[in-house]
Amino acid sequence: MLELLRQPWHWSISGLLIGLTVPLLLILGNKSFGISSSLRHVCAACIPANIEFFKYDWKKESWNLFFVAGIVLGGFIGNYFLTNPNDIVINPQTQQELAALGIKDFSGLLPTDLFNFQNLFTLKGFIFMILGGFLVGFGTRWAGGCTSGHAIMGLSNLQVPSLIATICFMVGGFVMTWLILPFLLTF
Amino acid sequence: MIIRNLKYIFAGMFFGIIAVKSEIISWFRIQEMFRLTSFHMFGVIGTAVVIGIISIQLIKRLNIKTLSGEKISIAPKKFQKGQIYGGLIFGFGWAITGACPGPLFAQIGSGFGVITVTLLSAIAGTWTYGYFRDKLPN
Repeated sequence: MLELLRQPWHWSISGLLIGLTVPLLLILGNKSFGISSSLRHVCAACIPANIEFFKYDWKKESWNLFFVAGIVLGGFIGNYFLTNPNDIVINPQTQQELAALGIKDFSGLLPTDLFNFQNLFTLKGFIFMILGGFLVGFGTRWAGGCTSGHAIMGLSNLQVPSLIATICFMVGGFVMTWLILPFLLTF
Repeated sequence: MIIRNLKYIFAGMFFGIIAVKSEIISWFRIQEMFRLTSFHMFGVIGTAVVIGIISIQLIKRLNIKTLSGEKISIAPKKFQKGQIYGGLIFGFGWAITGACPGPLFAQIGSGFGVITVTLLSAIAGTWTYGYFRDKLPN
């Protein structure tokens, strides 16, 4: 059983389980699946700075902070106790294209060429870790949700605004990957 | 407060484990998705949405209640221009970091301590949006 769990999971199994997170949260306590709100609650709790957008009773939404704390723990369990014995199988074409752009290490979940502490003080590291994170936080809040809130929860509830948001997420990702990323990677 | 929220910690752990094992927290998988060289991410998200739609329809039609007997209600999403502008900006960030907010937490748990910096930066981004909110088209 453990051996089976350690293998990478097929997309249909993964999708099934992620989809079940939606009714799980609804039945546990009438909560809509969404993760980026947790970032807003952190702002409201720690650095509200008298900004109207952060003046609300974040404690009422604290379930979301416990949920993301659980995700950190789940990430730990998934990686240390259910460790995939092999490298992630990446499409060879993508691997070649990324190698041509300077990515050398394909062994982990993230390329350590980009994401490491030494790189934080280089322009490339700044772009990939700090600027990238900033865009994620700024964009998701402006859009009113992220992949979980819009693409999964919103689409599951047949919300047209969520479909528009999801299309824009994808368009943004395509533009970055095809037009801008090649320059950023060769800095 | 912790006891009352314990169930959400477990729900988070459930999601975090799946996020790692499904490899949706992998920067490489996100690159494959945007380069259209693998069906994996589309399969995961597509299946999740289908299961989500079926689940919500069942909850609505069978009038399924929460564990404490409360009626389940889901707030509708209102259209705002932010879903376009913000959506595009998030898309840029998603392709750079290879992570949306959920995977950021799962990446930290799976041993990439440096992603804490990315998470703090995402919090700063959210704060900055809050600061400029009145000046942006919403």
